Amino acid sequence: MSQLDTDRAIAPADVDLSVDLAGVAMANPITTASGCFASGQEIDRFFDVAELGAIVAKSITIEPREGLPTPRMHETPSGMLNAIGLQNPGVDAWIEHDLAWLQGKGVPVIVSIAGKSVDEFRQVAEKLAGRGGIAALEVNLSCPNVAHRGLVFACQPGPSEAVIKAVKEVADVPILGKLTPDVTDIAEIARAVMDAGADGLSLINTTLGMAVDPETGRPRIRNTFGGLSGPAIRPMAVRAVHQVHQARPDAAIIGMGGVRTVEDVVEMVRVGASAVAIGTANFADPLLTQRLVHELRSWLAARGIRSIAELRGTVQPWS
Amino acid sequence: MTVAPKHRPEAPAGRPGDGPLSGRFEVVDHRKEGAYRVLTISAPELAARAKPGQFVEVGVRAPSTLLRRPFSIANVGNGTLTFVYDVHGDGTEWLTGVRVHDHLDVIGPLGVPFPIPKQSVACMLVAGGYGSAPLFWLGETLQKAGMRVDIINGAATESRLHGIIDAKRASSTVAFTTDDGSYGTHGRVTDVLEERIEACGTTVVYAVGPMGMLRAVAEECARLEVPCQVSVEEHMACGVGVCWTCILPTIEPDGSIKNRRACLDGPVFSGNRIAWDETRWAVGPSVVPEDESAAPVRHTDEELFG
Repeated sequence: MSQLDTDRAIAPADVDLSVDLAGVAMANPITTASGCFASGQEIDRFFDVAELGAIVAKSITIEPREGLPTPRMHETPSGMLNAIGLQNPGVDAWIEHDLAWLQGKGVPVIVSIAGKSVDEFRQVAEKLAGRGGIAALEVNLSCPNVAHRGLVFACQPGPSEAVIKAVKEVADVPILGKLTPDVTDIAEIARAVMDAGADGLSLINTTLGMAVDPETGRPRIRNTFGGLSGPAIRPMAVRAVHQVHQARPDAAIIGMGGVRTVEDVVEMVRVGASAVAIGTANFADPLLTQRLVHELRSWLAARGIRSIAELRGTVQPWS
Repeated sequence: MTVAPKHRPEAPAGRPGDGPLSGRFEVVDHRKEGAYRVLTISAPELAARAKPGQFVEVGVRAPSTLLRRPFSIANVGNGTLTFVYDVHGDGTEWLTGVRVHDHLDVIGPLGVPFPIPKQSVACMLVAGGYGSAPLFWLGETLQKAGMRVDIINGAATESRLHGIIDAKRASSTVAFTTDDGSYGTHGRVTDVLEERIEACGTTVVYAVGPMGMLRAVAEECARLEVPCQVSVEEHMACGVGVCWTCILPTIEPDGSIKNRRACLDGPVFSGNRIAWDETRWAVGPSVVPEDESAAPVRHTDEELFG
């Protein structure tokens, strides 16, 4: 099935790209990584973002946040460090401006929510409950937890469970837990989050990194530490999705981390992703997500694969 | 020497209107000018949409780079678009190897252009280094609209002054400054700014250059109560408004400070609106205040740009 055999080729129109992500019906598996696509309006200047399987919006919090000072970004070999500080207009303004626009697009919207306490996550989820046009919530567990001296929720099973339970109580749509790879055993966190009531997982968030200017001795970004993203972390992401899919095959997964080609998309699906999110690669090419939908169709058609869903979790053993 | 394109490039992707387009465009000229390089692409669709103050994002293929590099548009003409760059990293180093007839991956035009005054007023363009490149194009636009244009062109040293001839051609008066005194007045642009504003009856200032210079110009203009538009630069991952890395702290009408995206809400901002104390840009060179003399008629941003 993995070999290109022209005899097997089918018409691209005969390929079924639709996937089910924890009950969210997506026309194709291509979506966006939170914080890499804003809420869609900026990229909609280039193409109709409703062509994507879903849009995962930038994280929103209960209060508006202005984020961190600059420099916020530094390019590294095949990667990028960033520390934005969750700049966002707050949930009320986001509902009024961004959700209203997204509802008009008719594309499945996955809202990323963030907070510095369990209660803040609950409050944001409450505000979003009952609004039309929201397909799912993505719970950004990679936020510093004030109650645990700033350690991120997703680094420990207990705090992760607490957030998921609180959100699940008030949410009226499926919820996905977004996990950090900066843990000893990501499968352990994934199990805890699923057992707490999550409908799926988003894997992976950025991994913490740092760079220093050798001349000035100053960290390259103002926050000292930043999240590393881009192709540099793709093998980590593939590993994490594979481990979690093996541990919890019932968990729907959005796979992400350095994906930028159709082959990268297929790789993510093979290790267990139901949907694949594009992050940093949007920065280099705002039209990439649109193109990947077309290229994925062609890739599958050329190999006679009728449905992308067939490929999910198809890592082949060597022996 | 400008070479006619061999063939029409594939139509760029994008939407109708005046928004950004993305495509591959043939390089028709690429030359060294003093310390800088000047690159021209054949891009009729982009050129038709571009206005002074806007920028392009250029894909570079340097090893293990991911991100595009932003460049202010220096001018457009005859279906071409030109930008000027300074070599200071892997991306721009790679760009020096691009040859005529190669194709460059370009997105643009991006960002907010310079606002053009509604009245006919005297405009002072203040350039630091190759910041002069987009200002000459702005100057032509202002002159075509019947406005007086004067220029202050400053740099560290003579070889880093860009477009000395263009500056003389594009203005009623031009003053040069160099930090080392190798050309024009020995000093900074702000050392001559007040005298030039008075002498030229300047109503509005436009500035492009390093952030420290922009801050000094903006603060001097604030003191002189002359509206000032600056084009800022900040580390930018995407250039299209989605990464939130290139923010600039701005003062809102209610006095609060808000981080706005340089790529989408800028790169052109009113100098008065920037919360300079919230930025990492040091106070520019100090300027000794002089007595207020017979000042030309002052306009507010509101009166000038609506």
